[in-house]
This record gives sequence, C-alpha cells and structure tokens, in this order.
Amino acid sequence: MASGEPWQKAEVPGPTRALVITKPEVVVAMVKRAKRPLLVVGHEAPEINIKEKKLMDYAISIAQNGRIPMVTTAHVVGEFVRKGFQPTAFMPAVDIANRLADSDWKGLDGNGQYDLAMFMGITYYMEWVLFSGLKHFSQNLKTISLDRYYHPQASWSFPNLSVDDWAQNLEAIVTKLGGE
Amino acid sequence: MAAQQSRIVLLACLIGASTHTAHARHMVEHLIEKYGSNFPLDVGGLNIEVEAPITRLVCGVKPRTLSDLEEALDYCENQVTNLLSSTHTGQEGSNVDFESKVFHAGMIDHIGLEVADIAQVATLGFPKADPEAPLVDLGYGTVDSQKPLILCIGHNVVPATGIVDYLKSNGLHGDVEICGLCCTAHDVTRYNPTAKIIGPISWQLRFIRSGLPDVIVLDEQCVRTDSLFEAQRIKAPVVVTSEKNCMGLPDRTHDPVDAVVNDLVEGRVPGVLILDPIKVGEVVARTAVKVAPNRKKFKVIPNVEDIVSGAKTCKKCNDCRRACPQDLHIMEAVADASTGNLDSLADLYDICIGCGRCENACQVDLPLHSYIVKAGEKKLKEEKFKIRSGRGAIQDVEIRNVGSPIVLGEIPGVVAVVGCSNYPHGGKEVIDICKEFANRRYIVVTSGCAAMTAAMSKDEEGKTLYEIYPGSFEAGGIVNVGSCVANSHIAGAAIKIANIFAKRNLRGNYEEIADYIHNRVGAVGLAWGAYSQKAAAIAAGFWRLGVPVIVGPHGAKYRRMLLGRKDHEEDWYVLDARTGDRVYVGPAPEHLFYAAESKEEAMVMIAKLCMRPNDTTKGRAIKLTHWIDLHKRLYGTMPDDIHLYVRNELDIPITMKDEIHKILEEKGWKENRIPDPTLLSRMIRKRKEEA
Repeated sequence: MASGEPWQKAEVPGPTRALVITKPEVVVAMVKRAKRPLLVVGHEAPEINIKEKKLMDYAISIAQNGRIPMVTTAHVVGEFVRKGFQPTAFMPAVDIANRLADSDWKGLDGNGQYDLAMFMGITYYMEWVLFSGLKHFSQNLKTISLDRYYHPQASWSFPNLSVDDWAQNLEAIVTKLGGE
Repeated sequence: MAAQQSRIVLLACLIGASTHTAHARHMVEHLIEKYGSNFPLDVGGLNIEVEAPITRLVCGVKPRTLSDLEEALDYCENQVTNLLSSTHTGQEGSNVDFESKVFHAGMIDHIGLEVADIAQVATLGFPKADPEAPLVDLGYGTVDSQKPLILCIGHNVVPATGIVDYLKSNGLHGDVEICGLCCTAHDVTRYNPTAKIIGPISWQLRFIRSGLPDVIVLDEQCVRTDSLFEAQRIKAPVVVTSEKNCMGLPDRTHDPVDAVVNDLVEGRVPGVLILDPIKVGEVVARTAVKVAPNRKKFKVIPNVEDIVSGAKTCKKCNDCRRACPQDLHIMEAVADASTGNLDSLADLYDICIGCGRCENACQVDLPLHSYIVKAGEKKLKEEKFKIRSGRGAIQDVEIRNVGSPIVLGEIPGVVAVVGCSNYPHGGKEVIDICKEFANRRYIVVTSGCAAMTAAMSKDEEGKTLYEIYPGSFEAGGIVNVGSCVANSHIAGAAIKIANIFAKRNLRGNYEEIADYIHNRVGAVGLAWGAYSQKAAAIAAGFWRLGVPVIVGPHGAKYRRMLLGRKDHEEDWYVLDARTGDRVYVGPAPEHLFYAAESKEEAMVMIAKLCMRPNDTTKGRAIKLTHWIDLHKRLYGTMPDDIHLYVRNELDIPITMKDEIHKILEEKGWKENRIPDPTLLSRMIRKRKEEA
C-alpha cells in the first residue's frame, strides 16, 4: 500500500503536501509544543472499529491524556456523552473549520485562536476540503490528520495505514500523551 | 487564492445559468415555431394569475405570450456574457467582486429556469399547477421488456415529444415503451403519463447495460460521456439531438429518414445527430421497432458464474475502492464473490452512485459496476414505484391559504428536497428526510432526481410517499414540481407569498421581495446529492432570494460555503420597520450555504434554518419544538444555542419550559422584542427621530 498518496485517487493535491507522520512521537511532540491544541472529531468516530476499540475511544483518550479540548461535529455529541465524556463543544464541521480560519476568533474558551488542530472521523473527501481551506486561509495553524488514510492537505498526516499499524500509532499517542 | 476560488465558483454558476438560459432559448424558439409567437402563457388557468413571478420580479415585465419570454432571455444572455467577461485574467482584485456576481448569476439562472418551464407547461399539455397531477410509473421493474424500448436521457424534452407524437400518430403508442432518465424523464411523463421514469441520473449505466433499451436518445445536460460507447456494447443505436452534446456523430438532420433508419438498423453507424425533433420522432420510433427483434435485449451484465470466476482474478490492489467517490468496500465484496457469495456486492447496490470509476481503476478490467448491478438484480427488478408527475407552479389560492401560517411561523417551514443523486449513503436518506418533515407538517417540495428518489420506497401497503401524502402545497404535502427547470416554481412560491399574501409590489422589486423572504418565509433547500454546475447556479439563485441551501458532504467540493457566525452578535441585527430601531433577532437563518456531514445533522439544520425574525411567538414555539425535538432525538442532547432563538417567554414551547428555562438561566438570557424585520432602511415606515 502506497504511503504518501491520497487515499481517494480523485483528490489531487497541490505542490504543498502533508508531512508524513512516521512515528507517533511526532504527534506527541507537536501537541506538547502547541500552546493551544484542539481535537476535532467527526461522525464516523463512533462507527469505526479499530480492533477491540472504536475510534471515538481513542479520541476520548487523546483528549483526556493530552488535556486537549474536543469539538465533535455532525450529530455525534450524544454518543460521547453516553460514554461519560463531555466534549468541550459541538458544532458542524464547516463551522469549526470556518472559525479556525479566522485569525480573530477567540476560541471555545475566549482565550484565543488555536495553533494546532487535529482531525479524525470526518468523511475523507469532506475532511480533505476542510484541510484544504485551512491550508490556504488560516494563519499560524498547523493541522494533523489522525485518520487512517493519508491527507495531503493537512500539515501532518499518517500515511495510508493498515488497521494494526493505525491502532499501534494511536495507542502510542494516547500513552505518551499521558506521560511527562 | 480567495479571488481565484471565487472566480471558479462564479464560473460554475455561469455554466449553470447559461445552460438553463440556452435550454430555455431552444425551448422557446422551438415552441414559437410550432405554436406561434402569440401563444398565450397559461400555466394554471384561473388558478394562476402570477404566471412568471421570477421574470416579473427581475425583468419588470409581465409576459403574456411565448414571444414575450424572448425579452427575458435577451436580458439573461446579456448578463451572462457580461458576467463571464468579468472572469478574464487580470480582474482579480477582490474576491467580493466575484462573490456578488455569483448571486447575480444565480438570479439570472432562475429566470432561465422559469422561462423554460412555463413555456413548456403552457404549450405541451403538461399538468398546470395541478396538485392531483397523474401518478406515473417509476423504476426498472415497471418496464415491459417484451416491447421495443426507447430510452431518453437528459434534460430537454423537445425531442422526446417528437417521439411520443410520432408513436401516437402512427398507431404505435402502446406498442413501444418510452422511458426516461434524469429530468427528461420527468418532462416526458408530464407530456405523456404512460411514459416511464427509470430513475435518477445514477441509473444511466445500470439501465443501459441491462440491455432493455433498443434505441437511446440523448439530449443535453448530465448525460454520461460514455453513453455512446455503452450503447454500442448492447448494440443499441444512439440518436443525439442537441447541438450542445453531439457526441462526435455526423449531422443527419437533412438526410432522408429512410436512409438514416437503415443505417442505424443495419449498424452501419453507431449513432446520428438529428436536430429536428419531428425527424427525431420518426427516426427513433421506426428504428426501435426494427432493431428490437434483432437485438433481443442484448445485455452486458455478467451472469453469476462469470462474476465468481472473474472475482478470483482480483489482484486485491484496492484501487477500485480508492477510485470510488463513496469509498465503498468493493475489494472485500469481490473477495466474497470469489467464494460464490454475492451478498456483499448486493449490499453495495443501494449506495453505489453508478459512476463506474471502479471499473476504470481495476487492474484486471473487471466490470465491477456490472457485478454490483447483477448482485442487486433482484432489487433492481423490484423497483416498481409511483411518482406524482411534475405539477408545475403553485396555485395562487394555495399561496393565499398557506401564506399567513408560513409567514407567522405556524407552518414550521417549506423544505425543498431537490437536485442530483450523488448521495453519500444512497437514496434512503432522502426518503427518510421527506417523510420526517411531511409528518411534522412542513411543506415538502421535490424536484429533479431527488423527486424520483423520494418515490423509491413503499410502506406496508405498497404505497410510495407520493401516494401517501397529498400533492398540494399545504402542511404535510409532498409536492413534486417537476424537472430541474421546475425549481423555478419553488422560488416562485416564495416570491408569490410576498406578492399575493403580503401584497408587496412585484415587478422590478427584487430587493424588497428578497428582504421579505429572508426575514419571513421559513424555506430551506436541501440538495443532498448535488454535484453539477446547474445545481450551484440554482442554489445561488436561492441565496439571493434569502433562502438557505444545505448540501450533502459531497457538496463541500463546491468549495463555497456561506456561513454565518452566531458568535458575532453584531451580525444579527435587523431594522424594525415600525420604528427604525436596530433589533437583535438572533442568527435566523444562520447560514445561506452549508454542507452537512450526516443526514442527522442535515435534518436538525433544516429545522433550525426555517426560523425567521418575523416568526410570531406561537410560530417560533412550533419551530423550536421541531428543532429541539429533532436535536434531542438525533444528537442525543439539547442544542447549546437555544438562548439565541428565544426572544421572549412566549417563544418557549410549553412542553419544554423547565429544560429551556434552565438553559436560559445558565446563559444569562435576556428578553428581546420582536420587530417588523427588514434589512432595508427605506422600508422603515416612521423614523425614530421623526416621531
């Protein structure tokens, strides 16, 4: 399986493509370096099984261990609440992308714009467009795709991964975010 | 980058606007030639006095005859040319320049739509604003495979009318099946209710490959580029009928009919171009009758044994999935098929949009789309539905009946389910949405491919939505207005509410009418599978009228959203026409163009976007009830922004008082007044300083 190629072949990126996350420590380092990280989780998160877990389980663990505010998109906030986790906010995917592109936005807590946004669980072709918009129109924002497939419009992305490799990467990120 | 993005959006909308305008021009010229320039524009008898609300509104003219429509088209052509000239290199100083022109292109598009539809409704015997328009057959299973079959694909019904006329006048009507795909299908059933609709645009490939069509007639817009190739595979001759879509075929318009028919029947040519619709009728009908016995419905759908053996050659490269716009798990389904189990392929049938990209990507050239169709063959053959033929305009009396409850908010909204069939998860979502909102007593209006999709389910009694719900423009109705060009009647209905119910002047009064609609008419468009430039143009026309449009996740690829910011309080003030005061009314409607990620999100947003500043307290309470109820059911929580939509105590739905009060308290909510809302200072009746 090719690594640094868009998963959906019709999506042809421009010359600036996401750097490939070759090891999970990259993500952990970026989160720890960020002053204002954010996690955006889409409607596929409760539907995607990763071995014994669901993608939403990893999303919750990443948010908790990294103390990262989470925005859920589409209709999935209730799924998280039922799991005992209250996301910081919920709003449409296009709305959070629109706000992240606005350098004057004060953030969910009123303390200012974010400098790192990680995305997971949004339909590939839609997330692609969101990343593209942020690449061109946001300022001082790095984006990371934590989905299984390569997203060249992000700043950083996993390559196209097997489920096993994806699980290992997410597990490692969760664990290392919990450490010092 | 911003300007370039906007320019691309403008170009897309201009493609749409020019397409509808050219379609209308062709239609009007043909109809004038056939019926005379003084043919009256009767689109609904005594039930319709405002026959052309968009044309009157934009052009300021009241068209009475076919030739009067030419003036409107002159204006459209002039504007499209000027707008297109603005997209030339070296004029990209600001994206706002392009954005404003996008709205203008949309408005022009709506004139083209209206002209095309009222011309054909007035002349061709279509249903005229008829809530009881005939129920017609839809689906593969409705076709009589024993008869010669003519398949018309596209959007311009003129050639198809030539075929129907020939069949009728030569005693062949009843002996030959005439079917359609895409909007020509709608319009041919409006012309002849015994014609059949096969399905939306995404059924093109599967139906051609089924081998049932004996002659394929192509007109314009949304026709697959490989139609000619696919037709050749099933040995069906092709007749192309539009100068916009000649398929590289020779122009045989002026050749003798006998010679053309013989060439097609003998297979000397794969197809011909004929631009005369009367000649199209004769050539196609005679060819179909002669070709059918020879073809014997030759098909290219493989049998099960072929699928199993083909599946065993799969290299498991997964390129099929990666080429699929829906990211369908085709490779896994093929793996199952290699063991003789076709269930997984059959499951894909419901969500496949029929593009065939999987086949192009396959490294061993497996006909994967045909595999899916074969596996889903049982479902395909069981597609036997009824759809109410496109009724055309909304009657003036219907507008009088619902104008007040819509404007006051007591009918919670008008939901227009329209557009193409590039659905993210199949047509069931469209059906679910139509049903949900009809049950909630919204007015559901349908058109185009979405109208067909809405017909493609049955209840326990075997009835489709169009048989269950009334076809009148009333609360709880499901109203098929017709083809793409009939979208004009949806815009027209909104305009007529302002004109007929509220008595606002119509002619040349666009700004005031759009202000009225935006602030008072709780209408929302949903184009769940929109993909085309025409859909973009139609949407843009609705934006300019102040009607929000929601698209599915594929709609994000238009790379244009018009998103409000509810966190920017200053954006949501209107003027109170009674006093001139600026009054905060909340983000209603919050967005004008918006891509939803999931069906559930779209449903909640539909209910939310129906709120308008003018809602009465009773109306707002009804709208809040639906929005909050849907939110609780589909999101599993209360909305987090209720406080922005409650203006005073009386807005709060009685059954939710405790829950909402708690939220309002937490948010520090304060009561606000309900203005007579407008965004136009000239609409203020008495300025404060003058009081």
